Amino acid sequence: MLINNPEQLSALTLDLKKKADKAAKIQILVSMGTCGIAAGATPVFEAFKKEVSRRGNNDMKVLSVGCVGLCHSEPTVEILNVETGKSTIFGNVKPDQAAAILDGKGEQIKKSWYFPEDEKNPGDCLQARIVLRNSGRIDPESIDDYFLRGGYQAMAKVLTSMKPAEVVDMVTVSGLRGRGGGGFPTGKKWSIAAAQTSEEKYLICNADEGDPGAFMDRAVMEGDPHALLEAMVIAGYAIGARHGIIYVRAEYPLAVKRLQLAMDQAREYGLIGKNIFASGFDFDLNIKYGAGAFVCGEETALIRSISGMRGMPIYKPPFPAIAGLWAKPTIVNNVETFANIPAIIRKGAAWFKTIGTAGSPGTKVFSITGKVNKVGLIEVPMGTTLRNIIFGLGEGIRNGRKFKAVQTGGPSGGCIAEKSLDTPIDYDTLKALGSMMGSGGMIVMDEDDCMVDVAKFFVQFTMDESCGKCTPCRVGGRQMFGLLQKITSGDGTLEDLDTIKDLAHAVKTASLCGLGMTAPNPVLATMACFPEEYRAHIVDRKCPAGKCTNLISYVIDPEKCTGCTLCARKCPVGCISGKVKEKHVIDQNKCIHCGACYEACRFSAISKQ
Amino acid sequence: MSKIINITIDDQNVEAFEGETVLEAALRNGFEIPNLCHNKRVSHTAACRLCIVNIEGRPGGIPSCTTPVVEGMKVSAFTPELEKIRRTIIDLALSNHKDDCISCTKDGDCELQDLAFRYNLGEKERRFPPIWEELHKTSDFSNHVLDYDASKCIQCNRCIKACGEIQGKGILTFVNRGIRTSIGTGYEEWKDSKCDGCGECAQICPVGAITVKPVYSQMKRIRAKDIQRVVQTTCPYCGVGCQLNIATRKSFHNTNEGRETILQVEGADAEPNRGSTCVKGRFGLDFVSRPDRLQMPMIRKDGKLVEVGWPEAILFTARRLGEIRETHGSEAIAGLSSARCTNEDNYVFQKFMRAVIGTPNIDHCARLCHASTVAGLATTLGSGAMTNSIEELERAEVILVTGSNTTETHPVISTFIKRAVIKNKAKLIVVDPREIDLCRYATLWLRQRNGTDIAWLNGMFNAILENGWENKEFIAKHTENFEATREVMKKYDPQTVENLTGIPAEQLIQAAKLYATAKTASIIYAMGITQHAHGTDNVKAVSNLALVTGQIGRESTGVNPLRGQNNVQGACDMGCLPNAFPGYQSVTDPAINARFAKAWKHPRLPAKVGYTVTEIMNAAHEGKLKALYIMGENPMISDPDLNHVKESIKHLDFLIVQDIFLTETAQMADVVLPATSFAEKTGTYTNTERRVLPLRKVLDAPGEARDDWQIIQSLAQAFGHSCRYDSTDDIMREINLLVPQYAGITPERLAAGETLQWPCPNAQHPGTKFLHKDGNFTRGKGLFSAVDHMPAKEQPDKEYPFVLNTGRILYHYHTASMTRRTQSLPMYVNEAYMEMCKEDCDALGVKNGEKVRVSSRRGTIDIAVRQTDIIRAGSVFIPFHFAEAAANYLTSSVVDPIAKIPELKVCAVKIEKI
Repeated sequence: MLINNPEQLSALTLDLKKKADKAAKIQILVSMGTCGIAAGATPVFEAFKKEVSRRGNNDMKVLSVGCVGLCHSEPTVEILNVETGKSTIFGNVKPDQAAAILDGKGEQIKKSWYFPEDEKNPGDCLQARIVLRNSGRIDPESIDDYFLRGGYQAMAKVLTSMKPAEVVDMVTVSGLRGRGGGGFPTGKKWSIAAAQTSEEKYLICNADEGDPGAFMDRAVMEGDPHALLEAMVIAGYAIGARHGIIYVRAEYPLAVKRLQLAMDQAREYGLIGKNIFASGFDFDLNIKYGAGAFVCGEETALIRSISGMRGMPIYKPPFPAIAGLWAKPTIVNNVETFANIPAIIRKGAAWFKTIGTAGSPGTKVFSITGKVNKVGLIEVPMGTTLRNIIFGLGEGIRNGRKFKAVQTGGPSGGCIAEKSLDTPIDYDTLKALGSMMGSGGMIVMDEDDCMVDVAKFFVQFTMDESCGKCTPCRVGGRQMFGLLQKITSGDGTLEDLDTIKDLAHAVKTASLCGLGMTAPNPVLATMACFPEEYRAHIVDRKCPAGKCTNLISYVIDPEKCTGCTLCARKCPVGCISGKVKEKHVIDQNKCIHCGACYEACRFSAISKQ
Repeated sequence: MSKIINITIDDQNVEAFEGETVLEAALRNGFEIPNLCHNKRVSHTAACRLCIVNIEGRPGGIPSCTTPVVEGMKVSAFTPELEKIRRTIIDLALSNHKDDCISCTKDGDCELQDLAFRYNLGEKERRFPPIWEELHKTSDFSNHVLDYDASKCIQCNRCIKACGEIQGKGILTFVNRGIRTSIGTGYEEWKDSKCDGCGECAQICPVGAITVKPVYSQMKRIRAKDIQRVVQTTCPYCGVGCQLNIATRKSFHNTNEGRETILQVEGADAEPNRGSTCVKGRFGLDFVSRPDRLQMPMIRKDGKLVEVGWPEAILFTARRLGEIRETHGSEAIAGLSSARCTNEDNYVFQKFMRAVIGTPNIDHCARLCHASTVAGLATTLGSGAMTNSIEELERAEVILVTGSNTTETHPVISTFIKRAVIKNKAKLIVVDPREIDLCRYATLWLRQRNGTDIAWLNGMFNAILENGWENKEFIAKHTENFEATREVMKKYDPQTVENLTGIPAEQLIQAAKLYATAKTASIIYAMGITQHAHGTDNVKAVSNLALVTGQIGRESTGVNPLRGQNNVQGACDMGCLPNAFPGYQSVTDPAINARFAKAWKHPRLPAKVGYTVTEIMNAAHEGKLKALYIMGENPMISDPDLNHVKESIKHLDFLIVQDIFLTETAQMADVVLPATSFAEKTGTYTNTERRVLPLRKVLDAPGEARDDWQIIQSLAQAFGHSCRYDSTDDIMREINLLVPQYAGITPERLAAGETLQWPCPNAQHPGTKFLHKDGNFTRGKGLFSAVDHMPAKEQPDKEYPFVLNTGRILYHYHTASMTRRTQSLPMYVNEAYMEMCKEDCDALGVKNGEKVRVSSRRGTIDIAVRQTDIIRAGSVFIPFHFAEAAANYLTSSVVDPIAKIPELKVCAVKIEKI
């Protein structure tokens, strides 16, 4: 069936609503993104279906939905009363708990921080969901579910009542900035491409989410794929592109599957394809796989990869908006950026600007990982403080340890220490703190984390992911890693710190693309925030956090040792001696600092020094 | 001249040209901003990051190599901060580069070494430890002629771009990423790739990462400073006429009488090749130093060839020729001159045959390649040569290539075509029965059945008229015989043509449209058009196409037969044809004849048309011809129907072969005269674009080998003729007087480095870049020819069901007398093979590499099968280079009635498993 005009779309949506009203009152939503499935959601889903059918209760319906972001408690199941809107979320659900949960028994998740009890009155809810509004609420494989949530209404409005320039204006006025990390004003980018007179233009969705620990875009594609398609049609119309390409990493098979399905469904309704809504506008898209190269998140590299070439950045200008794919004007936006578009169209630019800060309106999705109690995917208004995110939504540091720093912006960003936790964060404040927004990865570190080691980890990442084109990035990254390795091994000198600074400056100044230009950031930021840790490694040959194995020694406390021999048996190099029921001793010359004894000791007799 | 843009660099006013980059402007004005990835022959890369500068109003470091100059731009190039960053970057590059200067062939000629010196980065000044060992694992030494030492690679991208942008091949690429990034081909080893060893990558490498294998010298490591002399001269292989820089030195041991040997060869930055060359040019010249070079004259005594001194050889030869002339008349003697020898050699040779011997029988192997071009284009346009220059091809909007496997036969010309496609977005139309390399670059590939060229050419003509794509004004003003031709073309509607040729009607029309409506369009053709029993008509049909569309007589627009051999154009120009004196002046025209007789101080010159190559063999067979003087040809491999050729040669009373090796033909001779090779003599070659190129002496001749013209001169003197030239310059001066096209190509201009294209009527004339300017044809008006399709003379039948096609391959040259005597080229291919498709292989039950017996009505050879998908079922292809399985045992000597060119491209064979 083809939908030829907004009226037909409204009629269809109304019809679906009527049917939905007659259907089940209780929805059982099983979170089945890649993360949920990995945590065991599939048997849980099956168990609930079985239980519901066993009960023969027609009021209940089991749905597979996208990720709700509660990574800390996957698999999760939400029991939603459609009539009252009341819901309860259960975490760490096992298949055998299906019956109990349906009876209201199980581990309930404190919900208010994540989801407002009442959507109109958020109360103490720290999140605001624009991008993730449908994820976890609808079956991503059902276009009907998307219709029911107002899907394709924004597109209908754009294609039938707005001129392309008006769309660009609206996005410009909304102040939406690119969520891929750079924060370039989206409307401005579009207006450059829109101004090009070329017959052929291309619209590319950058879904090559590559930051370690970042999975914002995956959640959207797996949980709400139609929103991305709708946004791309709108953007295509705005800039005058008839062809869209979703460049998605091959490591996201479920996202690809759901996008493909969504495209098929949309095409069947004529929502993509020729002459959409009889507007005379044609737009179709296809999926292009990325092969796991971080640098292909850089737009020129991404475009080259799509062209069948090796994904290596090339110099700008010309900017892709003027000459990109096949030398035609090309807009590259990231998934999260697109996911904001339908809401902006539906609710208006003014509404969008009420959320977030003046310089960075709207929300931002973050994936918080690391040493927080509640790791997960959250969406907060711009301007939320890090403290609210880490200690509110993240519920503080695990095991009662002390917060040390949080890394934002992934490998291109920097770390932020305790003293800046109350800064309301947006693009500009993060930059001022020496870090950056990036795509939204947020890694929380506690006192057990060594900041030199952290810097080394990120430098190793960018070193491995450098495309190899520019000398400073290719060789400089490797030498930077070598210097950090030297320091963490206890062989560093104070001169090395000067070398690192000079090297970092050269790499930042002379590299061609963002990867190289930002690669030294984690080092510079940790050196600025935690200079004493670097000095400790170099001058005292100590790792204060006890992380750098070369700089720590394991010592058996004779007071606590019971002579159980367990440590000696676990030691892979046989450097622990001692008779049964006598004190044991570690031969420091033979010890390889593997920590096996430390892990094995049941009497806390072994300590790191 | 480009517009001047004023900028400042470090507060100094600098005049830059519009379109220039900051780096180019800086370098031109003496600001030596360091750089490694920049090279003027390839596009900008901006990878080494050394050339970064600060530009007022723009944040950060800006790579000057990619930034165009803008009026008023203020550039800071050498601030302390920038210099510090550069030093750090060089330091980094050095840490990833094996410090092997002591044994590196690039020592003293290495751009990284230069920077290490400039920035004082000795070992103790460096801050970063060496890490190149990680990279060394990806080194690849498998290529036959090139080495890749990854531990020295600085990842500058130049080799990749040389391969992709200059050569248009795109074989080299980066592999791996991060610090492991290195150069590779995507194959396990370099040798598995399609790399053909042109060596463009080695020539452009700024360090010692990609280097040439030492194929020339006993010295395994050669540095720039080992070179004692570099001579720029002309390549002896194909008709492109690449200018080569040949580097030499003397032996360390003062052996070989202090003679020099070749160390290495590079493409010279000059027309026509602009720095490029192919695997033969770069790695295939070591044949000149082979020990089996002929060094002494030989005379057959008691059935054996015995070395003798020059006086005896000359006296004996002259006496025998004299006797035969006495007994059988001068017409019982014929001469085959050589497309491999210089213009001067050829000029003297034909003069000797005509004036001293008094025979009209002189021809050479152009008969086997472009006789139909010379005949066809001379008739329709007035001149049988390439109308345009090679370099113009790069800017043609449409290029139609037919019957030319350009990549293999004219490798450097193919790079111009590929660049036209890749860089300038030209549309390439390939018409060829085989899926040749150029098909990969083609917008359209029309696959005709072998021998149906007139049909598709006429079909395009028809489609052009049907659709109104013809150039009416041009036809009216500049052509004749249009109406009669139009009548004939009517029956070649696309559907009929599809039935005849197998080319889908729609493709034919598309091709016609592309070609006819282009602003500039060039046709390129070669043996696939000419080597047919209706070769002359084929050529005329090609010429029709250019005339009906007016696609001729402009830059990048014309009809371009690619001449095969280094001097086949010149040998024709010099009158080594049975019907023409030098400059295509008819022997039968009494006035011309008298003019030459006067110039050559000879009372009477033969005034009739003599025998052609094939007629010479027939006449010998019939006993009409008694003596044959062959200079630098090897008909025992190159001529059709070898059994017949062998019989014919055996019938001769006296055979003289003058060559550099004891070829298959020389082995049958009564007298063998040792000649010098290209490297040992002076003179000129005329390449396929009519450019007269100098040959400069590189080495001393081996033994007592002499220049061809000197040998001929000795013979003439033995006949009592007063012929006396002191040098090739003397000969050229005589050519200047007698050949109008060459009148202005004087020894003085050649010595001054001018490479002029004929016609060049006087000493002030700049030469002619393209012919028939503005429709003013050499013959007056362009002549349409009402040519009709004729099937090939020998069609496959039940007994001989396959169509055999023959041709050349990249790695060998003609009869392989030179290429098989090189170290490197036989490593690529050293065995005869026959291309056959899988379908036919399966039907015959033969596997790739198995030997089969191939027979025609004339002969039989045993040959290995190479299974390939580039050829269609029912046809096979054999390269004709290999004596042990010479394709020409099979080919037919049926000839074109006008040009007498044999039908080498089509004959019927049968194939049996053995």
